[in-house]
Amino acid sequence: MIPAIVVFLYLAVVLYIGIFAFRRAKGKEKAEDYFLASRSLGPFVFLFSLFGTNMTAFAILGSSGHAFSNGIVTFGLMASSSALVIPLTIFLIGTRVWALGKKHGFMTPVQMFRDRWECGHIGTVIFLVQAVLLVPYIIIGIMGGGTTLNAISGGLVPYWFGGAIVAMVVMSYVFFGGMRGTAWVNTFQTVLFLLFGALALIVIGVGMGGFKSATQSMLASPAFSALLTRERISPLYFFSYTFIPLSAIAFPHILIFCLTARKMGQFKKTVIFYPLCIMAIWLPCVFLGVMANRVSDVPEIRAKQEARRVLATQGKAMTPEARDDLREKAAGDDVIMLLLKRYAPFWLAGLLGAGIMAAVMASDSQILALSTMFTEDVFAFYGGKRRFGESVQVQTGRIFIVLITMFAYAVALRAPETIFELAIQYAFSGYAALSPLLVAALFWRGSTKWGALASTIWVIVAVVAVALFQHAVPAPAPGPPTLIWSLGGTEVLSRTPGGTAVFGFMPVVPMVLVSALLMFVVSLFTRKPKPETLERYFAISKPAPDSVRLDRVA
Amino acid sequence: MKRILLVVAFIALYASHQDFWYWRTAYPLVFGFVPIGLFYQACFTVAASLLMWLLVKFAWPGHLESEIENDRKHEEDRSR
Repeated sequence: MIPAIVVFLYLAVVLYIGIFAFRRAKGKEKAEDYFLASRSLGPFVFLFSLFGTNMTAFAILGSSGHAFSNGIVTFGLMASSSALVIPLTIFLIGTRVWALGKKHGFMTPVQMFRDRWECGHIGTVIFLVQAVLLVPYIIIGIMGGGTTLNAISGGLVPYWFGGAIVAMVVMSYVFFGGMRGTAWVNTFQTVLFLLFGALALIVIGVGMGGFKSATQSMLASPAFSALLTRERISPLYFFSYTFIPLSAIAFPHILIFCLTARKMGQFKKTVIFYPLCIMAIWLPCVFLGVMANRVSDVPEIRAKQEARRVLATQGKAMTPEARDDLREKAAGDDVIMLLLKRYAPFWLAGLLGAGIMAAVMASDSQILALSTMFTEDVFAFYGGKRRFGESVQVQTGRIFIVLITMFAYAVALRAPETIFELAIQYAFSGYAALSPLLVAALFWRGSTKWGALASTIWVIVAVVAVALFQHAVPAPAPGPPTLIWSLGGTEVLSRTPGGTAVFGFMPVVPMVLVSALLMFVVSLFTRKPKPETLERYFAISKPAPDSVRLDRVA
Repeated sequence: MKRILLVVAFIALYASHQDFWYWRTAYPLVFGFVPIGLFYQACFTVAASLLMWLLVKFAWPGHLESEIENDRKHEEDRSR
């Protein structure tokens, strides 16, 4: 019960920070202040809130669970590739979006696309795709909150109540605090889980009797030694994963966060320290996830290992349903919690549990982003702001926050978690495949709205096709994939235990490449925006002649 | 020239992410317990941070902010 009390105290602090600590008293509310904190975040808050926004429950619970089943490859797949690609996209795209937002007053990516490509309804199509891909993240955040509170309290807090508490806390500080409250809560949470990741590593390492003996005993075991290498993962699959981090900059909540910086200089620290923050979070989580395999006195961990063994040895003879059931039993998303319960003292387990809650509650910025998008891209665009004023726009945003949170909570109570975990897999690929839109809008004068529409439709078709394919063809047992289509001896389409392979690559690779190709080809043959529109974008994108530079003017 | 070198550095780093040479071995164990494949990828992450520092130092798009400052100054002048 003590850990649960610590977590409840933590939730109270978060609520206080979000609602009261950084709320500014004023008369009529401005949309820019509520949704973007008046573009005024300083370097420290900007770095930690942007990083925290991108670190969902998956970073702590998912990464250690993936490492428990797949070994050290998890770090190379998900962390180190993100450490290179995400800061680079923030450097190249985030800075430009910030500058255009400051210059033209944009508050959402769709506003920029509409202006850049002189379109209206095509922007609405892009909004719909972005919104549909974002909703599963909000639902899974509430599910994670319910599961974590239930686990930390030893079952005393039921899942439905835990989910309701997390939903209420997140909704309250987003509702009252807007972007300013959300950014400060994210900063507090990021600092918390940066500190506690290292602390968990030390406490569990000492509890296990040191990592040297744990590693040696794993290497001596034929069942576990492969987890300390990458021999179970194909190099093509490993390479495919470097495309997934392209999704980060295409996430509306990340792009909207890029608009909140006070100065462009704030991006400098963010792009330099982002890889180090990733390492500080993921390295302990991945390492502990792998080392959990060596723990033999926790019955839940042994049950997972047994399920994994049965799946590997008898999986081929089982029905798809029985295999799915075993996969669920073998999943290691709660191994960090189990390690804490086994090795950390009560009070520390509570603090570390609060750190985990911090990661689970990252759905705040997604809720706020959806609200910003709805009020700007739909309410304001279709005349609501003009008719009712800015204050009503902000209130509409708040009502939307309540409605979307209630919807997410209702779905979280009824639907199985695995459905949304799958949806998130598709959403990552979908957002990665939307990234060519940003590159084309910012760096290619020749891009057109029809190219953007073609790419967007491709993303919808590809995400739905992969989902239907994986639904129709059940995942095979661990081992070689099920070949569905080959051409001249080359594997074209296969169903793998973890998903789908196209020419041996994950679907995200063809999705991104075809999206970029469609943007290019369709734009070549369709009408370009007016020269004055292009001038507004590409005058700012290249260095100005010396004569008009600020330093010369000064 | 600086920009070309930075592009080359990015391509080299991106390619070195695919470290097939440590694919099937855990040895040597760094500090006695970290498998070499994991240590290599951790070093890769530090290298990514260094590359970002070089980008910020030598390819920072400062003109984007200068333009906005220029616009702001023009507007202030006009309003006076």
